[in-house]
Amino acid sequence: MNTSSVQLCLRGVTRVFPAVEQQKPLHALGPLDLDLRRGEFFSVVGPSGCGKSTLLDLIAGLARPTAGTITFEGRPVAGEVPDGIGVVFQEDASFPWLSVYDNAAFALRRAGMAEKDIRERVDPTLAVVGLQSFAGAYPAQLSGGMRQRLCIARTLVTRPRLLLLDEPFGALDQQTRLLMGDELLDLWRLTDATVFLITHSLDEAALLSDRIGVMSARPGVFIDLVDTAWPRERDSRIVSDPAFGRVTGRLWEMLRGQSLKALAGG
Amino acid sequence: MTRPGKVRWALIIAALALLEGACRLGFVSRQTIIAPTAMAAGAWQALGSAEMRGHILITLASVAQSIGLAIVVGFAVGAALYRLPRLRRTLDPFLASYYAVPAFVFYPVFIVLFGLNRWPLVAIGFVFAVTAVIINTLDGLSRVPRGVRRTAAVMKLTPLQHIFFIMLPAAAPWLFTGAKFAVVYSFIGVIAGEFVLSGAGLGHAIAFAYNSFDNATMYGLMLLLFLIVGGINMQLWIWEQRLYARRGGY
Repeated sequence: MNTSSVQLCLRGVTRVFPAVEQQKPLHALGPLDLDLRRGEFFSVVGPSGCGKSTLLDLIAGLARPTAGTITFEGRPVAGEVPDGIGVVFQEDASFPWLSVYDNAAFALRRAGMAEKDIRERVDPTLAVVGLQSFAGAYPAQLSGGMRQRLCIARTLVTRPRLLLLDEPFGALDQQTRLLMGDELLDLWRLTDATVFLITHSLDEAALLSDRIGVMSARPGVFIDLVDTAWPRERDSRIVSDPAFGRVTGRLWEMLRGQSLKALAGG
Repeated sequence: MTRPGKVRWALIIAALALLEGACRLGFVSRQTIIAPTAMAAGAWQALGSAEMRGHILITLASVAQSIGLAIVVGFAVGAALYRLPRLRRTLDPFLASYYAVPAFVFYPVFIVLFGLNRWPLVAIGFVFAVTAVIINTLDGLSRVPRGVRRTAAVMKLTPLQHIFFIMLPAAAPWLFTGAKFAVVYSFIGVIAGEFVLSGAGLGHAIAFAYNSFDNATMYGLMLLLFLIVGGINMQLWIWEQRLYARRGGY
């Protein structure tokens, strides 16, 4: 792989949670290596408790690895979210006390940007996620899917070069997830950002991704990297392609044993 | 006006009319209770008296001091306990059993500490109110959703920005409830303290009228107290409803 195309590099990344109240230390993750290419859509699937969200926290700089190194665009990630990384979490993280517009503008205002410049970024971003006509509404007036789109918009206005998504559609029904997946693909093409998606859904991973990392049961390591070979221009209609079935089949083949292991391990 | 609002007013007016009729027709002894119109006249007379206005103002000043102290100290202690979970676990049993302690027993201690003035009464109101503020502050901060806290971490806010732009607005409904309790408990503490332990204030004036068999003044002052406390609580309720309506009950 051309090293200039590598945006995020993980080498021997390990996370062990220290012992708490007479329990043993918990080896959650690794050692784990990964090279994330600039502009690719990469998804991670794995059994429950395998350390997917822990991995996202480490990449985001929200936690420190016990061992190993993480570099983003050549600079080490160590305990602080690097500039150029945006994160959208699974939980509804919209701010209920702010309107849709003020939610989207929040990070830019805190960064001291001029109101005119903020409007120039927020208005088109809300339009892209289909929330422009709801700019004055409050999160309580939006559906779950719209609130998650708002959280994505709030992250996109900061123009991240790497977008980390921790099961952002986990609480949505299957049809809405497919449509949100299409929107996410549109955003990915529009922004040219690299996307790192954590998901439980094999269909979602197979539909959206250029590459999929399959993780083992705890301690999570990559046991397979699946290249989907989808064209950049794609949408949810890909689910009727026989190749889609082959990708999900391969994912499940790798995951079934790991999921049983995770289930047996509690 | 909404339909429940109309029903509410109709019930109040019907109850007052019933009491008025019962008093006027002699079904209720005037030594026990007086007619609502007589209460209103007593309240009006009290408002015209400089001495009574003084009692009212001195009570309101003490209650305001108690509320202010309870909110400032309660928020600060609540926020500190939120940041120090070990200390919180240690103090939890005390907070849970706090209202089992009769706060009035501390009055002699407060007199020794603050002297024979209004501060012991302010302190009584404060000790009644402060724990409710601490508990609600802790509750509110603990309920800030994890996603909101993590999002704030991603945005790299300064500690002050984190407090003022994330934690306080996110916990606002609980903080507001704490402030509401501070108002109610401060009134209870100060008025009850004045009733038995003071030579001035609305509570003292009501007790004095009661001991003098001056029912018109006693019920007039009670009506004024009811209107003041009810008015403040109604205004707080209206603000709270606005806050909740915008946030969809959160």
